[in-house]
Amino acid sequence: MAATKNVELGEVALSFNDIGMTFPDGTEALRGVTFDVRRGEFVTIVGPSGCGKSTLLKIASGLLQNTTGTVDVDRDRLGYVFQDATLLPWRTISKNVELFAELHEVDKNKRQALAQEAIELVGLTGFENHFPKSLSGGMKMRASLARTLTLEPPVFLFDEPFGAVDEITREHLNDETQALFMRKGFAGLFITHSISEAVFMSTRVLVMSNRPGQIVDEYNIPFEYPRKPDLRFDPEFARISGEVSLSLRGAH
Amino acid sequence: MSDVTQMPTPPATASKSVRDRGRGGLRSVLPPLLLGLGLIAAWYGVTYGVLREDRRFLLRAPHEVVNVGFLDWENFSELLGGLWSSGKVAFIGLLLAIIIGVLLATIMSQTKLLEQAVFPYAVTLQAIPILAIVPLMGFWFGFGFTSRVMVCVIISIFPVIVNTLFGLQSVPKGMHDLFTLHQASRLTRLRKLTLPNAMPAIFAGFRISAGLSVIGAIVGDFFFGQGEVGIGQLIQKYAGRLLGEQLLAAIILSSALGVFVFLFFGWLGNRVVGKWSDAEI
Repeated sequence: MAATKNVELGEVALSFNDIGMTFPDGTEALRGVTFDVRRGEFVTIVGPSGCGKSTLLKIASGLLQNTTGTVDVDRDRLGYVFQDATLLPWRTISKNVELFAELHEVDKNKRQALAQEAIELVGLTGFENHFPKSLSGGMKMRASLARTLTLEPPVFLFDEPFGAVDEITREHLNDETQALFMRKGFAGLFITHSISEAVFMSTRVLVMSNRPGQIVDEYNIPFEYPRKPDLRFDPEFARISGEVSLSLRGAH
Repeated sequence: MSDVTQMPTPPATASKSVRDRGRGGLRSVLPPLLLGLGLIAAWYGVTYGVLREDRRFLLRAPHEVVNVGFLDWENFSELLGGLWSSGKVAFIGLLLAIIIGVLLATIMSQTKLLEQAVFPYAVTLQAIPILAIVPLMGFWFGFGFTSRVMVCVIISIFPVIVNTLFGLQSVPKGMHDLFTLHQASRLTRLRKLTLPNAMPAIFAGFRISAGLSVIGAIVGDFFFGQGEVGIGQLIQKYAGRLLGEQLLAAIILSSALGVFVFLFFGWLGNRVVGKWSDAEI
């Protein structure tokens, strides 16, 4: 188990037990995937394109039904951040951030307060009445994060959320997500193509093989939080990234 | 969490874009204006250059049309009365087409089976030559106001149905997933996701239908002569009596009504969805 040090490790919040997934057309996407994520753990899966990473998150959230195995997770307050910000363009940022609380029929005053707090937390104060079309890609992603935060989810699923933003914005968003993780201590399951992002963010990195996706390697990341941006230049960081990269090449 | 990027519209860029828009506006107005002037010149050319004096009743000169059709109050008030009557028919027909069309499309969007059952009939309705069913409508609804409105509904309902259905069915999958994750009911999904998402397409449909409803009202005037006199009936009357100036004035006014409702719905659509949508309505 990873040494998270200054983020308290809690109970198992998400558990995959021997998950297999075969689509109706016969494509086997996942085979025998087994691992747990505890509260206070930030686990990242890296793997080749099309290996079944996103499928695994969809199974965790109930959007897809696995063909074998079981998933244990409380789906009532599951946080799911998609590849796209998926903001509703006709709603202002504050109304977008309120959406989940609204769908869960939270009282109007309470959901406004929750939304305001989440907006402040992701640094979007002042943009409450803007429509998504006037925001940059990074800001939309922050709004998407804020929307998920209103649920105060014990489990956060991130489906390659920062893949579409530029490198600098991605680093900022990494810092901000890390700050949220430290503050909330949720169980995080993150998907990315970037090895550097995976090592920087995570307590544990799992490498998934080509289709059918299986977990082939696991790396505990020993760095303490908060992790500064210049950690990326640390020799130990480079060594771990290199190992993950080698493992990923083997997984192709 | 304090790293807020700036809004992407620095003042210098904004003032430049206003200047550009001003130039762009002039550039977009100038070509049709010049073409319009050219057409009026050609009109004069045909009236005075092509037609013999005893044949000029076929195409009166523009200033004669203005003098007789618009500046003579007696003629102009008759035209305005006809326009008002046809405008009412078009408005009520369009309103009914919008209500029935949006309701029908919404129901169709909820069940694939219903869509498959209803859509062929909607297409058939669009394909019916309106003149072929005019006598039947006269039988059923009389030769007055009701039949005129029915013609408008039949002519203008198809774009409302098709555009609304398209809008309701074009929600990105990720947004549907969002609502599925939070166990949103079918009604909640309709109210908070599919209907708002469809608004740009719905307004585009309204705009097309609005123009068609004016055509429907004038077609209706031609065939259903009872009740108030519409502008279509005036057109028939002027044509029959070879009143070229009034005929052209009536055609110009009815075209203006069509253009007005088209522009009005474009304006309304932009007021309602322009704040958040990039779609051109």
